[in-house]
Amino acid sequence: MLNKTQKGSVRFESVVKSFGEVTALRPLDLDIAPGTLVTLLGPSGCGKTTTLRLIAGLESATEGRILIGGHDVTHLSATYRKVSMVFQSYALFPHMTVIENVAYGLTVKRMPKAEAHARAEEGLEMVGLAGFGKRLPSELSGGQQQRVAVARAIVLEPEVLLLDEPLSNLDAKLRRHVREEIRQIQQRLGLTAVYVTHDQEEAMAVSDRIIVMKNAEIAQEGTPRDLYERPASAFIADFIGDANLLPCEVTGHSADGTFIRLGDDNVILSTAKAPVGSASLVLRPHQVRMSRTPAPGTFAAEVSYAAYLGNQIQYTLTSALGEVFAVVPPGAEPFATGDSVFVGFPSAEVQLVPAVAADQYMTK
Amino acid sequence: MKRTAGLWLLIGLAGYALLPWYMVSGGVFSLGWVVDMTGKGAAPAFWQVVTQGKWWLAGPLPAFAAVALVQGFARGQLTAARALVGAAAAGLGLLVAQGLLIPGSAARFGWIAGEGQPGMGAGAAITALALLLILTTGISGLGRGRGDAFVTGLIGLIVALVAIFVFYPVAHVLIRAFELKGGAGYGVSEFLGRFFSANLWGLGCLAGGECGPAVNSLVLGVMTGAGTTALGLAFALIFTRTGFRAKPVLRVLTIIPIITPPFVIGLALILLFGRAGTVTEFFADTFGWEKTRWLYGFGGIYLAQMLSFTPIAFLVLIGVVEGVSPSMEEASQTLDADRWQTFRHVSLPLMRPGLANAFLLGFIESLADFGNPLVLGGNFNVLSTEIYFAIVGAVADPAKAAILSIALLVMTLGAFLVQRRWVGRKSYATVTGKADSGRHAALNPALRWACYLTALPWAAFTAAIYSMIAFGSFVKLWGYDHSFTLEHYIRAFSVSFANGIRFTGSAWDSYFTTLTIAGISAPLTAFVGLATAYLLVRQKFAGKEAFEFSTMLSFAIPGTVIGVAYVMAFNFPPIELTGTSVILIIVFVFRNMPVGVRGGIAAMSQLDRSLDEASIMLGANSFTTARRVIAPLLGPAILAALTYSFVRAITSVSAVIFLVSARHNMATSFIVGRVENGEFGFAIAYSAVLILTMLAAILILQLLIGKRRLRRADRVEA
Repeated sequence: MLNKTQKGSVRFESVVKSFGEVTALRPLDLDIAPGTLVTLLGPSGCGKTTTLRLIAGLESATEGRILIGGHDVTHLSATYRKVSMVFQSYALFPHMTVIENVAYGLTVKRMPKAEAHARAEEGLEMVGLAGFGKRLPSELSGGQQQRVAVARAIVLEPEVLLLDEPLSNLDAKLRRHVREEIRQIQQRLGLTAVYVTHDQEEAMAVSDRIIVMKNAEIAQEGTPRDLYERPASAFIADFIGDANLLPCEVTGHSADGTFIRLGDDNVILSTAKAPVGSASLVLRPHQVRMSRTPAPGTFAAEVSYAAYLGNQIQYTLTSALGEVFAVVPPGAEPFATGDSVFVGFPSAEVQLVPAVAADQYMTK
Repeated sequence: MKRTAGLWLLIGLAGYALLPWYMVSGGVFSLGWVVDMTGKGAAPAFWQVVTQGKWWLAGPLPAFAAVALVQGFARGQLTAARALVGAAAAGLGLLVAQGLLIPGSAARFGWIAGEGQPGMGAGAAITALALLLILTTGISGLGRGRGDAFVTGLIGLIVALVAIFVFYPVAHVLIRAFELKGGAGYGVSEFLGRFFSANLWGLGCLAGGECGPAVNSLVLGVMTGAGTTALGLAFALIFTRTGFRAKPVLRVLTIIPIITPPFVIGLALILLFGRAGTVTEFFADTFGWEKTRWLYGFGGIYLAQMLSFTPIAFLVLIGVVEGVSPSMEEASQTLDADRWQTFRHVSLPLMRPGLANAFLLGFIESLADFGNPLVLGGNFNVLSTEIYFAIVGAVADPAKAAILSIALLVMTLGAFLVQRRWVGRKSYATVTGKADSGRHAALNPALRWACYLTALPWAAFTAAIYSMIAFGSFVKLWGYDHSFTLEHYIRAFSVSFANGIRFTGSAWDSYFTTLTIAGISAPLTAFVGLATAYLLVRQKFAGKEAFEFSTMLSFAIPGTVIGVAYVMAFNFPPIELTGTSVILIIVFVFRNMPVGVRGGIAAMSQLDRSLDEASIMLGANSFTTARRVIAPLLGPAILAALTYSFVRAITSVSAVIFLVSARHNMATSFIVGRVENGEFGFAIAYSAVLILTMLAAILILQLLIGKRRLRRADRVEA
């Protein structure tokens, strides 16, 4: 029964949301394909939760149209939208048992109690909690409560499932387990899901597509691989995975690639593209190559901090181009604080993004 | 939207065409009007228009017709909603105009000259309600209140009720105060003269004479507010920050005064310290001290009010003192502050809103207190008793009552505003969602002993007062004949079994009336209060701040003023309620509503908003959400509101004394009457029975609603 869930698309047409003077969302256009899991990712206050609540109907749009499954729902209240939500705090009703919680949405639609409880039991089975129905939410662990919240949302067979930072109250180890479960359920039921998080690793792990938001706007949208390998801006490069942003100058293009001037060196990058002018070189920490001898395309730096983490060694390097954060495998030649090194990188892998103002250069 | 509007259209039409528009003798439930449906007085509005040509009652008719047209023909949500709003607003406007312009006796002006009408009845009420809800449904259709007809309807209903039962009567008082002598119209000239006269504000007592009642009230109020706050704080600190052993006893002693009718304390004081009082006699006999009348005046009233209102301050403060997060005190101590510094610089400032609240409550209670000044006043005149005598005294002077009421109102509202200012917008929230463990810092020894030395003698004193009350009800004539007797109880509560059960005691009538009215008004109060709290905490709408202020307003209006206002406003059409039991119920609901609102706000703020949102997302509408999610989780708040309004309805005197009638007499006003006749034993016996009744009711309520289990175990602070 549960696997016949309707698929729904979500579409925003120039949606604006403002709270009094504050603009929470600038004109936003959004298209979410049926059956996909899309993550809204961004720092706090970027508008991702507002977007989610607009889909839910918990906020109403100031301007623009919202369509779910092709129907205009802009003025439809949350009660009547075929959308379910898993809340950050789970929002399980503390005075109802687990089964009453899961069956709640069915009983308010006047489904007979026996049938509603049977369906709810199915939902609990789906999240691996069969037989827990008679307990109170407070008698479950955090992870179990989380799964009850998921079961409660999916038994209604929603067109769209919304998840608002569903893992933020779980400890780190449980998080990976639960996010895999959520992803599996979503794929098995073919649900459209919109997932809000500020954790980029979580977003990369579960999403078909990621929409990165910043300052009430979409900063970039794409598959996890797109965002990591072809960031469109310094913000994305820094936000999706760590990145060292090094100031450079694009001097020209040829069949071999893009010519840049980095410090005193000229380097050819074979895959990166950028217009002539100043730009930022995106150097991922794991791409940093350190050696004691200079070579073409390297620049001088000094080790200012070294940390041995078992599976990797982390270095912070100081150079004329700014601080560089490097991660190298534990087998590599060790360096000590104060050592002089030369920093190189694979010129076929690094990317260029539009330059950021000098005072915004920073390493994470 | 259309379905809801259609339903209210049918109800409205039924009210308009089937129920008597005006009040009928014997009440609408007596059904005597049914046989008289086409008669002159009892006819529904529709028949009055058709058969008697009373065209001014036709106002709602076009409105209903327009609504029906919308139901049938309107296309498009917005068009229909706009039409509904327009039609219903016009209909309501006409109905209100009709009510206000045509007086009870013959109208004096224009084209309605010579017409009169009785008070509006069931038909008018139903019609108005239907029009109001069609209006709010239309407004929800315009997309307001997130398009939720339940929410807009609730807002409309509460606004209308507050307007009719708080603002309308208070406006009457204000207008009355500006009336010129001899019905010559209205003006400020007389008002200014009388308001600022020395009779009201005189400071003669500084020179050995007498002060004006306004000055007396103000001084008494400030001193009572400060005194009860200090004592309440001492009790609260003993409870939360010391290892005092006899806390349960103390707890009982702090609760009992709340369920004691206010003048009973004054009565007990007379029995102890009056000229024939036990203590007075004792000192006179042993030390040869002169028997004086010191009790009848400021001293006596102050003592009685301190005894009566300290528990209120305690109840406010214990919540606040407990609410100070232990981790803040622990943080202070780890920063090397000693216990006194922690208390002085961390705990006490965090209690500021509580202290302000306790003071405000004590101040307002003192100003509004009517029973104690009446019993103990002597020559010490205060506003509340002066107002009473201006209404019922030998020379009835409503304008004077109105002016005194305004003086009282200015003081309480002023205090209310000052308190809001002083507490300001700083955040004092220390109860967060995070589980907070840790223990409260203990008091330093000096402070602890200060608390003990203030609070414990006081507790002993309270205990003495109450044993006097118990004792006094069993003796023949206090001070003269101390032989044991049950005579007072028999006179009040005797039952004859001669021909079936007959309640022959003289107290039964008022006792049953009191219980009935308290029993009806308590759930209504709880409902109105919690519904208002729900709107204030959970909904966003335009004008919310004004809405909040107006619901809190009736809290700052002393009962005496409310009583006078109700008498002035509801003695005449369009709303004629004096002499009925309905007016008593209404006065209790709107007097006690603010406490329900406050309690509801506090409780609801602790419920995570995502619980409602989860319910909404699961397809429940806001009514279902309120019923199935919020209400069950508000158990304790509902209990508190029910208990409070029940107890207040039984114990209040100030507003009630103006509104009781021979048929509907309340226990308190009955007892006050006995006291004035000097029947102290009888009065005390009756009061004792009332106190026991309330104790029983509180216990039953607690059993009925009980505690729901929300977590494995309620965490108890170590």
